Amino acid sequence: MTAVLALFQMLIFPGFVFLIVLGLAGQFVDRKLYARLQNRVGPPWFQPVADFFKLLGKETVVPEEADSRMFRMAPVFALGAVIASSFYIPLWSAQPLFSFEGDLIVVLYLLLIPTLMYFLGGWYSRSVYSTLGAVRSITQLFAYEIPLLIAVISPALLANTWSISGMVRYYSAHPGRWLFNIVGFAVAIITLLGKLERVPFDIPEAETEIVAGTFTEYSGRFLAFFRLAIDTEAIVAASLVVAVFLPFGFGLAPWLAFIVYLAKILAILAVLALLRTVFARLRLDQMIDFCWKVVAPVAFLQVLADLVLKELT
Amino acid sequence: MSEVEHIVQIPVGPQHPMLKEPESFMIDLRGEKIDAVRMRFGYNHRGIEKGCEQRTYTQDLYLVERVCGICSYSHSTAFVQAVEEIAGLEIPPRARYIRTLVAELERIHSHLLWLGVAGHEIGFDTLLMYTWRDREQVMILLAELTGNRVNYGLNTLGGVRRDITAEQMPSILKVVNALEERTKYYIEVAQTEETLRQRLAGVGKLSKEDAARLGAVGPTARASGVDRDTRRDDPYAAYADVSFKVITDQHCDVFGRTLVRVGELMESYSIIRQLLKKIPEGPILVKAPRKIPEGEAVSRYEAPRGEDVHYVRGNGTDKPERVKVRAPTLANTQAVAKMLEDGYLADLPIVIAAIDPCFSCTDRMIGIKNPGKGERRTMSWEEVSRYGVDFYKRKGIDPSRINLRGGSAA
Repeated sequence: MTAVLALFQMLIFPGFVFLIVLGLAGQFVDRKLYARLQNRVGPPWFQPVADFFKLLGKETVVPEEADSRMFRMAPVFALGAVIASSFYIPLWSAQPLFSFEGDLIVVLYLLLIPTLMYFLGGWYSRSVYSTLGAVRSITQLFAYEIPLLIAVISPALLANTWSISGMVRYYSAHPGRWLFNIVGFAVAIITLLGKLERVPFDIPEAETEIVAGTFTEYSGRFLAFFRLAIDTEAIVAASLVVAVFLPFGFGLAPWLAFIVYLAKILAILAVLALLRTVFARLRLDQMIDFCWKVVAPVAFLQVLADLVLKELT
Repeated sequence: MSEVEHIVQIPVGPQHPMLKEPESFMIDLRGEKIDAVRMRFGYNHRGIEKGCEQRTYTQDLYLVERVCGICSYSHSTAFVQAVEEIAGLEIPPRARYIRTLVAELERIHSHLLWLGVAGHEIGFDTLLMYTWRDREQVMILLAELTGNRVNYGLNTLGGVRRDITAEQMPSILKVVNALEERTKYYIEVAQTEETLRQRLAGVGKLSKEDAARLGAVGPTARASGVDRDTRRDDPYAAYADVSFKVITDQHCDVFGRTLVRVGELMESYSIIRQLLKKIPEGPILVKAPRKIPEGEAVSRYEAPRGEDVHYVRGNGTDKPERVKVRAPTLANTQAVAKMLEDGYLADLPIVIAAIDPCFSCTDRMIGIKNPGKGERRTMSWEEVSRYGVDFYKRKGIDPSRINLRGGSAA
């Protein structure tokens, strides 16, 4: 019976199906907010779903030059890794599907796979635009991943645990302490823009330079699954940030905790959409400069602050 | 890295999301840096100059207006001015004022359009949405005044076809006031927005010497400190009667070009206010002869993108002997290659966009390039014609019996 329950949890709720629904809803929220902030009307609520099914029905072209197997595998692997990482993140109850000491690192590792898949998918497309987009996305990875890692680790240092659920329990037991990590939260939001390849860090898919970057050669259902992976990644990454930096409301009644969780995710998506609206795309060298010279030192400050605080308490 | 580095060739165009019109830029890329750019124009050649020779002057007005979709009035006015000079027509003052008014409204809509496109090229779509929304006001106003949003069809030989009524004046002022407020906001955004400044400042450098040497025109030249504006240097229409500043800038980069354009917007608003105050009463049209005497004229006109030159030669009939258009983009393309030197790929779209290119205006000749040997030559009109005839002959159709004008088809 437990096996059936676990399977249900993994595939339906709060696993695969739930995350995909949330991902598509998240895409709608992002697009609608972006449009409203730009004085446009924006899409109707079902647009992401309609887009997804439209792409499924479209002809799928695999370039002759491309490595067919890698080309087909990349979107599926990206989606799989994102879903897998969600199993270790406490969404609204402090206890995720699975957890062990060190799952924080596993989640970060799994969330790195989609980016690697963008790289591989683009690289094996063999077109110049895709290759350039692929190289850009892997270059960008080295700029944002380290600050993100440092930012996420610092609350863990304070909580003295390497498991996300352990962190949630620690911060629930010491309410108010999450406020110390507010700088790390800001760093995480900024690096999230890079991870999700959004303006100002949408350099790998800069439309006016390299068409669609990695995704230039993708079409039909492979593109649909890539887009789905990106949408789901936004939700899962936001869930991670919420669990690590906004660890409150986990002890409430399940339905109330669920609403609090949705509100938090919505807030993160809104912030991401807002940032997307007010910035221009940076150049790759400027982005790397910014991440290493500004964001990374700030993230280190957060680590320092948490270490000092840990000594004091 | 050793000398033998990987150079990636990237085709930008003829079809590419960056370009609104088909032109080809072949880019040699060394990492993210541009090594060399090869431009190839001619995808938009429509034979308008030749077409002009086969139509009457009045018909030509409407054809020339379609050289460009954005600065249509520039081409139409430049052409009509040349014809009027040959015919010795003195147009009424009120017509001169109306021409100036519409020319400045066109400059406003063109510069606002550019600001949006520039925003889009650097991934700042919000700016695109905002400026294009505001631009809509001037488009609606132009439609109200002339009947059309673009290709106004307002000019005619000897004056203009439509008068501006007293009721229309307040609505012009209303739009000008509203847009002035918005432009002030954009100036503030351009000067304070950090990512915007980072993406524009220091990009696409063009020194004053290079700008002058390569014959850059319009805002591109003025942003490099070249103080040149046909409206002041060689006044036409009613520009001699109004006072305005020629905006120049010493930044010599895309940022400077942005500042020049928003600065020119402010000047345009002031020009329009002066025009509305001073506009004289009277007729808007003098009768023009159907046949234009022999003679030739060059007309200069400061289009939103720079100096537009039209050359017309009349031969005493109702059709011109020769019409030649030198669009501002053609003058600026030489400068683009200079600006792109040592730039980043990421800066390519904004650098090209910064001259506000209008390729359909520019394409005037057919260049034949032999890709195998890399040689380049130009086909004359006869050669093109013969090529066309031969092409159809091979398909079993013989068009050589059709009597074309001048009989050059055989």
